[in-house]
Amino acid sequence: MVNKYKLVILCLFACLFLGGSQSIAQDVADNGKCLKCHGQVFYEYDNEWTGQVDRKPLNPFHHIDSVKMHQSVHKMFACIDCHSMDYETFPHDGELRLEAKYTCMDCHGGDDTYAKYNFEGIEEAFMESVHFQASEERFNCWSCHDAHGYELALRNDKSIVEVVELSNNMCLSCHDNKFKYGLISDDQPKQINEIHAWLPNQDSHFKKVRCVDCHTNVQKDVLVSHNILPKEKALKNCVQCHSANSVLMESLYAYRAKESRESSGFLNAVILNEGYMIGANRNQTLNNISIGIFSLMILGLLVHLILRFILIKKK
Amino acid sequence: MSDKLYLYPVWIRIWHIFNAVFFLVLLLSGISMQYASPDFMLMPFDVAVTSHNVAGIGISIAYFIYLIGFVFTSNKKHYKIECKGLIGQLITQMRYYLFGVFKGEESPYPSTEESKFNPLQKVTYVGVLFVLFPVLIFTGLPLMFPEVIIDDFFGIGGTLLTALVHASAGFFASLFLVIHLYFATMGASFSSNFKSIINGYHESH
Ligand code: HEC
Ligand code: HEC
Ligand code: HEC
Ligand code: HEC
Ligand code: HEC
Ligand code: HEC
Ligand code: HEC
Repeated sequence: MVNKYKLVILCLFACLFLGGSQSIAQDVADNGKCLKCHGQVFYEYDNEWTGQVDRKPLNPFHHIDSVKMHQSVHKMFACIDCHSMDYETFPHDGELRLEAKYTCMDCHGGDDTYAKYNFEGIEEAFMESVHFQASEERFNCWSCHDAHGYELALRNDKSIVEVVELSNNMCLSCHDNKFKYGLISDDQPKQINEIHAWLPNQDSHFKKVRCVDCHTNVQKDVLVSHNILPKEKALKNCVQCHSANSVLMESLYAYRAKESRESSGFLNAVILNEGYMIGANRNQTLNNISIGIFSLMILGLLVHLILRFILIKKK
Repeated sequence: MSDKLYLYPVWIRIWHIFNAVFFLVLLLSGISMQYASPDFMLMPFDVAVTSHNVAGIGISIAYFIYLIGFVFTSNKKHYKIECKGLIGQLITQMRYYLFGVFKGEESPYPSTEESKFNPLQKVTYVGVLFVLFPVLIFTGLPLMFPEVIIDDFFGIGGTLLTALVHASAGFFASLFLVIHLYFATMGASFSSNFKSIINGYHESH
């Protein structure tokens, strides 16, 4: 009897599993035709005029990392879902470069399926950011969100180090790359580590906190605040993070804090799953015990002192 | 005038003053970081971090020099603890502190050239110098370079564990400091012990 049930459950699991893996395979679009060139460092084509096969280097900006693409939120898309069908011919028609690109809002705006992301709220915040204020349309969502590799970080159950790395790479892809930066500005980007020379242990900080944790204010209605503030308003006061009510609990750790069970007696215990933060991770019990012991000692010494004065004076 | 004994050689006094200064800086900056808050700080957080690091390295070097002095001079004789009868001696000393002093009794183990510490002092100083100090240094140095600490120690974060041990040892060291200061007032006069650690001469009762 019991065994029969087990068998049925096992079958169910097997079906789920097979079904699951099949649907994953279907989810990823086959873009081999385009990646034959755009996934490579060099590309080749038949030269009809000379009858030879030409081999040329591909502009690195036109290179697409197919592995990243397959992990991205838009992995189910074919290239020509977003780009013109006419790209299927090579050489591409020169006028194609004038094609208008979709924006996030074209597809996600006003769609209830994505209500939890609050795209409208994000767009509003973005319009107030220094980037949009300084560069307007030239700076858009795609400037940070790699059109061919954007992966959800914080919302997925990734480790903090991974979340931080993915998020920071979105900023560093430009602030640490004078070619991409140059698309937007005539200036050279400043060295990130020189700008932040005042921050000690920079390496560990940049591994454990995101750029946006310091460069935006917490925005209650979206998970990741998108209003990059002018540099004067960036967070510089160590104690905003290194204290009992650390702002990180409302930004980087907010999503986890809601889900995790607070039981260990430590302040901001979620942080402890992936590190330790001076000032923010005190233990309440130890705290009380130590204050108790210290007070008792002071009291004892005071009594001793007073007795010494009274009794020795009498002599 | 009471008798004077030359008990504290120059190197000990120099070490002691450096140790005291570093210790105070460590204590204040340590408390400042542990209880960091936007509303009230003993000192700014970044100042606390830097001064804690500098004073931590300073006190470690001083400790190392002290150890060399300990090994190569006769100073170590003061720290020899005789296990036999120790408990009895400790009780005698404590009884003296709790009752004897008030009656104006003589100290049961007065400082001599051969043994400047009473049994209770010996045990405390050995505990502080050879247990607390090493614990603080061996947890403090890795905290300066957290990447060397293992991430996971039987399910507890390695850095958390190191920091907990460090802060607890620091707490006991702060207890020691207060008691040490208080007992220093119990010399021949209220301030005589403080003079001794500057001029080297111990005044007996
Ligand atoms: C034979 C190699 C080859 C193939 C196949 C190929 N491309 Fe290209 N593609 C290029 C080269 C080279 C460039 C840069 C020169 C140019 O714009 O023609 C380019 C440029 C582009 C651009 C950028 C145009 C611009 O300047 O903004 C897009 C978009 C593009 N390709 C999309 C596609 C898509 C989509 C496919 C598949 C349907 C595809 N390509 C197939 C070689 C290829
Ligand atoms: C989700 C929509 C989307 C999909 C799918 C997509 N692209 Fe793009 N692609 C864009 C957008 C938007 C841009 C413009 C990016 C920008 O402005 O930074 C772009 C730019 C490009 C460029 C020019 C690079 C540049 O910086 O101007 C190339 C080449 C390109 N895509 C090729 C491809 C290929 C090949 C595929 C399929 C493997 C593909 N794209 C799939 C949206 C998409
Ligand atoms: C051409 C239409 C289109 C554009 C443009 C587009 N998306 Fe999407 N996006 C989709 C579709 C369709 C899905 C659902 C994919 C799936 O279910 O596999 C999706 C999925 C997502 C998801 C994951 C949603 C989930 O719950 O799994 C995120 C996040 C996302 N897109 C963000 C963006 C951002 C940010 C931009 C602009 C930088 C953008 N998208 C541009 C069509 C688009
Ligand atoms: C300055 C860089 C930048 C720009 C510009 C930007 N984003 Fe983002 N966005 C980020 C970063 C960083 C994250 C965090 C990544 C993560 O945790 O998934 C993010 C995350 C998101 C998410 C996922 C949030 C969630 O709830 O999981 C959405 C959706 C999104 N952005 C939409 C947009 C839209 C729409 C625009 C344009 C109006 C835009 N972004 C422009 C940097 C940017
Ligand atoms: C601990 C908080 C913190 C983190 C994390 C942080 N920043 Fe900053 N950043 C600041 C502060 C504060 C300033 C203003 C510095 C000043 O005025 O001296 C600043 C300044 C800047 C500037 C302006 C420099 C200038 O002078 O024009 C840029 C660009 C910048 N940061 C980018 C980044 C990037 C990219 C990251 C992520 C890799 C990052 N920041 C992470 C706090 C931070
Ligand atoms: C596509 C390139 C690009 C990306 C991606 C990018 N930035 Fe910038 N950023 C710029 C440029 C260009 C400027 C200079 C704007 C101007 O003209 O004042 C700038 C300016 C800044 C400033 C200084 C603002 C001021 O007051 O001077 C900060 C801070 C900043 N960025 C933070 C970020 C953060 C955080 C991210 C990631 C979430 C990010 N940037 C992503 C290009 C980029
Ligand atoms: C945005 C939040 C944030 C701000 C602002 C911040 N820190 Fe930190 N800091 C962290 C986090 C998170 C860690 C924990 C890193 C880890 O787990 O390794 C950390 C770790 C440290 C460490 C421990 C060293 C290490 O490598 O783990 C020191 C020291 C430190 N911070 C000093 C400072 C000082 C000084 C300032 C102000 C100038 C400052 N922090 C500002 C978030 C912050």
